[in-house]
Amino acid sequence: MIRYIFTKLWQSALTLVLASVVVFIGVRALPGDPALAMAGEEASPEQLAAIRSQLGLDQSIPAQYFAFVGKMLHGDLGNSTRTGTAVRDLIGTTLPVTLWLSVYAIVVAVLVGILFGVIAERFRGRWPEWLTNGFALIGLSVPNFWLGILAILYLAVTLGWFPASGYVDVIANPLRGLYYLTLPALILGTSLAAVIMRQTRASMIETMSTDYVRTAKAKGLGGGRVLFRYGLRNSLIVVVTIVGLQLGGLISGAVVTERIFALPGFGKLTLDAVFTRDYPVIQAVVLIITLSYIVINLAVDVLYSVVNPRIRVGGNN
Amino acid sequence: MQQDAKSGNARDGGDGGSMGMTGQPGNFGQSAVTVGAQKQAVPEQAPLLQVRNLQVRFGETAPAVLHGVSFDMQRGERVAIVGQSGSGKSTTIGAILGLLPGNGRVSGGAILLDGQDLATATDASLRGIRGKRMGLVPQDPMSNLNPAMKVGAQIADTLASNGLKGRAAVKRRAVELMTEAGIPDAARRYGQYPHEFSGGMRQRVLIAISLAGEPDLLIADEPTSALDVTVQRQILNHLQTLVDARGTSLLFITHDLGLAADRTDRIIVMADGRIVEMGTPAQILLDPQEDYTKRLVAAAPSVTASGAREPVLPDLAYGTGSSAESVSPSGTPSGTPSGTLSGTERRTASGTATLTGNGPGVPAVATGPEPILVLNHLVKEFNLRGQRGSTVRAVDDVSFSVARGTTTAVVGESGSGKTTVARIILGLEEPTSGEALITGRSITASSGASRRSLRRKVQPVFQDPYGSLDPTFSIERLIDEPLRVFKVGSRVSRQHRVAQLLDHVALPRTVAQRRPNELSGGQRQRVAIARALALEPELLICDEAVSALDVLVQDQILTLLADLQERLGLTYLFITHDLAVVWQIAHHVVVMKSGKVLEDGTADQVFLAPEADYTKELLGAIPGAAFAS
Repeated sequence: MIRYIFTKLWQSALTLVLASVVVFIGVRALPGDPALAMAGEEASPEQLAAIRSQLGLDQSIPAQYFAFVGKMLHGDLGNSTRTGTAVRDLIGTTLPVTLWLSVYAIVVAVLVGILFGVIAERFRGRWPEWLTNGFALIGLSVPNFWLGILAILYLAVTLGWFPASGYVDVIANPLRGLYYLTLPALILGTSLAAVIMRQTRASMIETMSTDYVRTAKAKGLGGGRVLFRYGLRNSLIVVVTIVGLQLGGLISGAVVTERIFALPGFGKLTLDAVFTRDYPVIQAVVLIITLSYIVINLAVDVLYSVVNPRIRVGGNN
Repeated sequence: MQQDAKSGNARDGGDGGSMGMTGQPGNFGQSAVTVGAQKQAVPEQAPLLQVRNLQVRFGETAPAVLHGVSFDMQRGERVAIVGQSGSGKSTTIGAILGLLPGNGRVSGGAILLDGQDLATATDASLRGIRGKRMGLVPQDPMSNLNPAMKVGAQIADTLASNGLKGRAAVKRRAVELMTEAGIPDAARRYGQYPHEFSGGMRQRVLIAISLAGEPDLLIADEPTSALDVTVQRQILNHLQTLVDARGTSLLFITHDLGLAADRTDRIIVMADGRIVEMGTPAQILLDPQEDYTKRLVAAAPSVTASGAREPVLPDLAYGTGSSAESVSPSGTPSGTPSGTLSGTERRTASGTATLTGNGPGVPAVATGPEPILVLNHLVKEFNLRGQRGSTVRAVDDVSFSVARGTTTAVVGESGSGKTTVARIILGLEEPTSGEALITGRSITASSGASRRSLRRKVQPVFQDPYGSLDPTFSIERLIDEPLRVFKVGSRVSRQHRVAQLLDHVALPRTVAQRRPNELSGGQRQRVAIARALALEPELLICDEAVSALDVLVQDQILTLLADLQERLGLTYLFITHDLAVVWQIAHHVVVMKSGKVLEDGTADQVFLAPEADYTKELLGAIPGAAFAS
């Protein structure tokens, strides 16, 4: 297991380096000039040149890259070319918003998805299954932003159950903070819940017809125990893998969702940075997204060995 | 139709006639025929289980799959239901347990357990009966334990659902049950997961589970068919001890007539959802009344294996089933090929073989053509995962040779290295040292074109006819795949060749356009054989090629293989754990254990005068020997 983790970490480091190179080059390949964006249309060539040299943009791309990496290794992510604020501070204020939103969305999606999946399996061919299948269809096919707008219109404006926008710090005021995040989290989690629901249903259908479930019934166990300890427990092995794969999509979903609900999160920061060619911010944001992918995957691997004892340390299968 | 009439009579069993005591085979259907003098069962006690005119359907409109099955079981009685797949034996126990798969349901008849009808019982009341009054030992130990739950917990939850209170008490009892089931160091193993147990140990866990509720009736559904023959015997012995000690009734489901005869008081033969015949083991095996039973008895390799075979080399001084002493002392020295067997009548359907050796008294020793396959000091080591530097020797200095046109069987249990040997010969695995020579050329040292040409001469037939055929391919495409790979012939000539190959394996040419899932297991195995023959190989490696098949089908395939050998001069290397099959077809036997060759000689030497203790143990474990004629 230790060796496994080391291999994983080594691979992760490599991924990070590759990602930083790709982003670094990619950002510079975009049309547009940060100096122009800063100084405005009327700036003289001299002014532009001054800004470029101040930002280090007059050096060769490899030189710029090593300068960037060197700074980053010291914890210095640079300053935003647009506002001059330290990138670290920008991320420090926006990342928690997105993290809370994502975690909330995941929790909601997992609970709803698994519950609906089990219901769909238990009531195969009857109306509860049709209902849950309908939900999955809508969740997968209707775009996030459209669902978000509908939710604001009906749940927030017409019914007034939830605030239409805004953010309250979750740490400082947990209840209110979560209340403000509920609608965005529901919207963000919908497609994930739909995927989980379908996966749970398919996986449950398979496990409930396995030999060990039949044996469990032959032992005279109650329905609930057979369903959860024997059926669901084994179905989750597949579900966890799928959830892990889907979490990446959550980040891009968060960008859209934050936009709709006007949340001051990471997604908003990313969009703004891209529009203004704010190189340092874009680079930092992408690296952090890459890092979070890696962390999520590691977490899924660990979780996987928790639900599936066969791949645990010393397991021989 | 005759059978129908019989079970029809059995239907009016409401008068309580105990058919369980039927003494006259063939008349079992008449409830009046009760012969009380049979065995221990106490006649005045009501039967524990009465199955009356049981009908089962899958779906509302589908025809019934069980047609009026009726039988009784007394307390403490051991009854076997014998039949092939599709005979309805598993459906019968599914109905008794109330666990029919899919949309199966009991559409008629009654299942009375101590007078309570299980067929009409509610799910909740069935739950109170399952595990408590009826226990199940399922078929495949690998798939019947929850992989995500500790073994102990799976026993404990059975105990808890039987009303045992208190965590410590439950654990104590579970460990007790595990120990009783023959699991050493049970207290430690209680906390392990199923994947940390071998197949035999898992089956012991399942036995512990099935006995946790102290049931009156234990249903064992082919409990050992997935296990090696020696493990099988240990487990069955153990199960029998436990059942006897508790006075539990045992309903034993099996496809193996020999096993049924060894282990039970009474045998019920089923086919096509009907009971064909009932009787004591002696009646069924020695004096079967129905044609179907007769065929089953004749084909049962495990029964015929121990004696009914004619001597392979008639010139030798022993007769049918004679004892070891009479074997000619001038037998083939161990390690040399048994030589040319110029026999033309390899065997008949009953598993007898008549072969003419080419010299009186002494089997020919490699005087004929050079052996087609020679293994020289073959060694294969595998690295153990996770432990650098430590290796396991799967194949340990294996040498033997196979004469052209003969059948050599490599016998051994799982882990004996027999499959690794086969893989090396097929060129799928590189040996650590030693070599495998095919027609004098080394496949292990060759590469490129010469290796490909050697590979053409050796073709495999694998065990699982379901797994080894791509379900999305048509039969034609499956069979002509090797031809396409080796770019043999044109489209038209390949089509012609496929038709010819289908003829060879006695399949109608019309199957060419069908897909594997439309064929039965036996037909699929014929397709696999046709595919193996496509490139006109000289040596077929049959890796457990008939183990997955029902006994009648198995017999047909073995007959086909013998026939092909005669017509095409093929050589077979048969990898198997089933000694009964070996007895039926092999000229030459190699016994392997833990990667080593323990015994190597002609079939008669090995079967009639085994030298290694292990071989004797294997031979002793063949079920049904007591009933061999």
